[in-house]
Amino acid sequence: MRAGVVTFPGSNCDRDLAEAFAAAGARVHRIWHKDADLPAGLDVVGLPGGFSFGDYLRCGAIAARAPAMQAVAAFAARGGHVLGICNGFQVLTEAGLLPGALMRNAGLRFVCRTVRLRVEAADTAFTSGWNQGQEIALPVAHHDGNYQADAALLSRLEGEGRIALRYLDNPNGSAADIAAVLSENRRVLGMMPHPERALDRRQGSADGSALFRALAGAFAAA
Amino acid sequence: MRARVEVMLKDGVLDPQGEAVRAALGTLGFRGVEAVRQGKLIEIDLAATDRAAAEAEVRAMCERLLANTVIERFRVEID
Repeated sequence: MRAGVVTFPGSNCDRDLAEAFAAAGARVHRIWHKDADLPAGLDVVGLPGGFSFGDYLRCGAIAARAPAMQAVAAFAARGGHVLGICNGFQVLTEAGLLPGALMRNAGLRFVCRTVRLRVEAADTAFTSGWNQGQEIALPVAHHDGNYQADAALLSRLEGEGRIALRYLDNPNGSAADIAAVLSENRRVLGMMPHPERALDRRQGSADGSALFRALAGAFAAA
Repeated sequence: MRARVEVMLKDGVLDPQGEAVRAALGTLGFRGVEAVRQGKLIEIDLAATDRAAAEAEVRAMCERLLANTVIERFRVEID
């Protein structure tokens, strides 16, 4: 597996994400936000958590227009896999690669704790390491994780099985308890919880490692 | 030429910040505050001299960056 990890000014989970890909056996390429081209032959691009561009204007809004994101959008259009975690999820919605929007948490507070989630779609390259309906625990750490979409979009996401993860105890007010969303071709995943912070039981949970192992399995030949 | 762009959450989108401000106003003793919506005001100085062209340009800026039209609406004024 060849994985790219994009760093924006203010990203702070980029190294953790690179380490998580590497721990699953990936050859990792670091990408700077000003890079207009991605390294050749990538299987997956990761957009890390953090506070890109200081969350100015809206979370992820400036990063979504960075040169590297134009390249990521082209990569996704060619059928490439893209994983956006936390701020990376916000960037994906701002870039129009995933529908809906992430708003300020309904409780207005920054939420930083491990949450329980249910796997709603285990049929993707990202999620095949979990079982359909399995309960997992991953940490969240965000101020703007309140996923919102209109009723038509929500029912479409539901009908197409594009809600990948749901909160069991909704920490942020997200519509329909949505914690992770898939693109129409199921190759772009945005998620608020941090799998890269749950690779080892000493971190409180090792449930995140299944995501990176699943990707490594999907791209084992590469 | 100066453009003023007002960006507000669409009606029907819950505004938790506005709600917190409303509650705080009540705490301070202001009665009868029925609703508060919080938005952004963005001022842009433009080299353009043609008003219609400037407005079209600023509206394009709103669509592409200044507003997230999934959840926000915008209004453009050219001074």
